[in-house]
Amino acid sequence: MAEILVLVEHADGTPKKVTFEMLTKARQLGEPSAVFVGAPGQAAAITDKLGEYGAQKVYVAEGNEFTGHLVAPIAAVLAKVVADSSPAAVLIASSPGAKEVAARVAVKTGSGILPDAVDVDENLVATQNAFGGATVVRSSVTTGTPIICLRPNSTPPEAAAATPTVIPVEVTLTDADKAARIVERVVEEKGGRPELSDASIVVSGGRGLGAGEKFSIVEALADTLGAAVGASRAATDAGWYPHQNQVGQTGKTVSPQLYIALGISGAIQHRAGMQTSKTIVVVNKDPEAPIFALADFGVVGDLHTVVPALTEEITKRKA
Amino acid sequence: MNIVVCVKQVPDTWAEKKLDPADKTLDRASVDGVMNEIDEYAVEEALRLKEAHGGEVTILTMGPAKAVETIRKALSMGADKAVHLSDDALHGSCAVQTSYALAQALGTIEYDLVITGSEATDSRNAIMSALLAERLGLPQMSLARKVEVDGSTLRVHRQTDNGYDVVESALPAVVSVVEKINEPRYPSFKGIMAAKSKPLTTLTIADAGIEADRVGLANATSKVEEFSTRPPRSAGTIVKDEGDGAQKIAEFLQQQKFI
Repeated sequence: MAEILVLVEHADGTPKKVTFEMLTKARQLGEPSAVFVGAPGQAAAITDKLGEYGAQKVYVAEGNEFTGHLVAPIAAVLAKVVADSSPAAVLIASSPGAKEVAARVAVKTGSGILPDAVDVDENLVATQNAFGGATVVRSSVTTGTPIICLRPNSTPPEAAAATPTVIPVEVTLTDADKAARIVERVVEEKGGRPELSDASIVVSGGRGLGAGEKFSIVEALADTLGAAVGASRAATDAGWYPHQNQVGQTGKTVSPQLYIALGISGAIQHRAGMQTSKTIVVVNKDPEAPIFALADFGVVGDLHTVVPALTEEITKRKA
Repeated sequence: MNIVVCVKQVPDTWAEKKLDPADKTLDRASVDGVMNEIDEYAVEEALRLKEAHGGEVTILTMGPAKAVETIRKALSMGADKAVHLSDDALHGSCAVQTSYALAQALGTIEYDLVITGSEATDSRNAIMSALLAERLGLPQMSLARKVEVDGSTLRVHRQTDNGYDVVESALPAVVSVVEKINEPRYPSFKGIMAAKSKPLTTLTIADAGIEADRVGLANATSKVEEFSTRPPRSAGTIVKDEGDGAQKIAEFLQQQKFI
């Protein structure tokens, strides 16, 4: 069977859920091999876990020069593995940094790239939601090795045990690969909430909150559900919540199992970032708000009373 | 310090966007074109760097004839000159080809820094700065929410999921900026008048040394097989809060097994 490379998406050596989603998808397309690029010693700790999801091989490149520079070294490793193994396709997470890796590998290997895929079929035709999900596009790569970026939450991960062979990758990085040096990593805010782009549940607040401090009721609801917190552009423009939490056309696109929109009218700018969510719940005081057209369940009412009561009700039902 | 800002004209952010059934490319003709919103931040950042360090700001746009409107806007914000890469042969180019074409056009301009917006509101790929950095062999300094130049060192704060990375490189480099890095200025009346007489060079693919068989829809590295409009979501249950709204949502969430 044809080899399908999966670039392991990880945070300091811990694979993200999308890695297992990609391995699951890769098994439907051929024989999955994981490619791990990280700091020394990290791969050994996760090889078994990658095997649980069907990785037949794990290509490993470890070194501080890979983690201490932006993007280019990872692309150099992956391009080397592509050149050596001639895979049928490469799957990469559709996250900001990983898409940049994909772009560079496309140039290095003379290949086409399909970002933001939500599915890939056995003919390597990818499904993408264009224009925030208003149009569904099926595309294929016509040149080189198909490089396909898979959005988190698009394939349910399923285990299928394998015992992977570990293959070290030797790459000599050029000065150009090491041109952008990471000198410091700064972690801001948030007490253990999941990341917006791969969270299963997202609770978002908008203009209807009326003030920045009212985001506390959004956060409280999010915490009872183990959800990430999002914000509409109106809310981030007003400085009520950080820009990296903005959901929408000029922010992040999310596609969680459950999206709860609080005090968000649902302008196209916002819909483009969330309308492919599986289930959508809305609270808004304006019954005419366009967001209700997307709602599986909606309440016309004052979020300042409904939301705290909902948090309390969920806490009660969970107890 | 001479800066080139890559600016894209896109369909109006607030417009419904569609693909053209004839060739499955973005229908740009039926909607108003505007400067890609995030590119306004890129232009602003370039102007601020110019104000601090001197030099010239050049706008580089690839696009059909009507993209001139967007170029004029960037010039009216205060950019010094512009290069418009415009040729029918470029129509339908994929991102990989576009980066090749832009890299060739950049070869006609002297620069110390290239700035792009982090992504365009039409394609939303967010990969152009990485493609350009790879092609040009320059440091990729992308997703910046802060940009500083200190002598010959460039320092950016790169947006991450839980904060930012401080990244340094030498110049020249390719920077992409995220929305809200700054507050883009509105063109002044004086700026709008001045823009009309600023130098605007139009390049064909031949002028930029672009090989015709490496660009355009027929040679794209990926192609749209088919597309369809997403059917509207089926109508949900909407209730008015009579003091029991929270309970009703909780019931729904429980039925759906979220609780």
